Amino acid sequence: MAQAPAPRKKIDEIPEKVHVWPYLVRLEFLCAIIVILLLAVWSITIDAPLEEAANPTKTPNPSKAPWYFLGLQDILVYFDPWFAGVVAPVLIIVGLMLIPYLDMNPKGNGYYTYEERKVAIWVYCFGFLVLWIALIIMGVFLRGPGWNLFMPWQFWDPHKVVALVNVDLPYAFGVRDYWMASFVGAVVTLGYFGVGTAIYMFMERKAIKNVGFVRMFLKIQLILIMIGIVIKIVLRLAFNIKYIWVTPWFNV
Amino acid sequence: MATKPPEIPNIAEMMDKIKSGKIFGEIAKSITESQVWTSTFRHGYADTPRNRVLQIASNVWLHLHPVKIHRHALRIKFTWCMGGITFLLFLSTVVTGVILMFYYRPVGEYAYFDMKYLQYDVPFGMLMRNMHRWAAHAMVITVWLHMFRVFLTGSYKPPREFNWVIGVFLVTFTLLLSFTGYLLPWDQLAMWAVTVGTNMARATPFLGNEGPFQEFVFGVSPRYDARSMLIGGSVVGPPALLRFYVLHCIFIPLVAGALMIVHFWRIRKDGGISGPL
Repeated sequence: MAQAPAPRKKIDEIPEKVHVWPYLVRLEFLCAIIVILLLAVWSITIDAPLEEAANPTKTPNPSKAPWYFLGLQDILVYFDPWFAGVVAPVLIIVGLMLIPYLDMNPKGNGYYTYEERKVAIWVYCFGFLVLWIALIIMGVFLRGPGWNLFMPWQFWDPHKVVALVNVDLPYAFGVRDYWMASFVGAVVTLGYFGVGTAIYMFMERKAIKNVGFVRMFLKIQLILIMIGIVIKIVLRLAFNIKYIWVTPWFNV
Repeated sequence: MATKPPEIPNIAEMMDKIKSGKIFGEIAKSITESQVWTSTFRHGYADTPRNRVLQIASNVWLHLHPVKIHRHALRIKFTWCMGGITFLLFLSTVVTGVILMFYYRPVGEYAYFDMKYLQYDVPFGMLMRNMHRWAAHAMVITVWLHMFRVFLTGSYKPPREFNWVIGVFLVTFTLLLSFTGYLLPWDQLAMWAVTVGTNMARATPFLGNEGPFQEFVFGVSPRYDARSMLIGGSVVGPPALLRFYVLHCIFIPLVAGALMIVHFWRIRKDGGISGPL
């Protein structure tokens, strides 16, 4: 007869709750001392930068936004300002706020786990570490004059000439007529979202009843936008594609 | 009735008290039992469960804490301490920022020279400025790490969804605080970084003079659109400096401070920091 597993060692003797004073307060105090000390040492050793007085007639090259916005500034290479500078940040903020209402996985609440919520972890890590942090690092260290890419060992040559050979996606497929190109662009862009949504909804059709259509719809739109940004970056870098969809009002 | 003769201290007894150290106990007793002391501190300091509770519950600064927490909430491996550090860095910027405000005038003609004055003539001015700037940069990083930790532990899940939303507001306000402060030194770095940043507002759909669909909105022009609202003109000039100063020193800190109170309050109301159920 199989032996029953030995009962887990009882740890109930240790009380579940502890007093904040002193157990938490002393930790906070210690942490505060360490942080303030590090900050003081950092501030004594490294001075905050102060360049020459502001001069509206002298534009530095490159002109960079504060470092924490350089990911967005880097996306400007691939998107027009209305998207990279306005819509993308708004989508990031709104998308982040929606996370608790879109992620319906009840597991992994209050502990580290990769196994129980692989997709969520992947999506967040990709968005945060690659699309946000990696682009910031690139923007700070690798973008030189003219926002051209320079390796760390290369001289930041302000006269570097990079040939502009980008074409729009419909043009690359041989569409020369403006309105026809606009139509093709619309089909490609809207088709991407339509097909992407349809595939997701079909694959996850069993979940619609539990999770709800609106949640799943919003979730897949946000994910498709995120993937779309990556696709656009790859298209630009690998195939010199400038816009996918050109209209008289906006370009994507 | 005969009056009591004045008590003459017994020197030998006094010396004995001093030598044995009993005198300290007596002095301490007379201080802690005085009216001043008992009216200031509302409970004893002896390490009793009751005093441990009162230490938190009767202290205005500490009472944002619950009096008891789950043991797991103490693990630095779990929390990375990042939320608390972010708040601490915020407080450091408030303290150093107020000191800087004594020496800085947000006026086109003065701002840059006030910076120079602050750096070279004001005692510890450079240190205050450094601490303010580095704490602000560090705060941006720690708030991201805090958010990352909260995501990885799934702490935004029920019942803490709303607090996550408040947190996203706070991340946004942290960045806006840092960005508005970036302009104030009024040097080349500041002016052009903010020019690059605020130029984006020009492209706001409908409301920016170069944005999509602006032609359908009446009155949008370079002098009157989303960007000019932000910087008070069509270029980053003295009006932008004043606007950013007011936003940086008054408006955003007040809003962010209010949201922080809600954020901390909700941690408690939602059952303390998250942990395995």
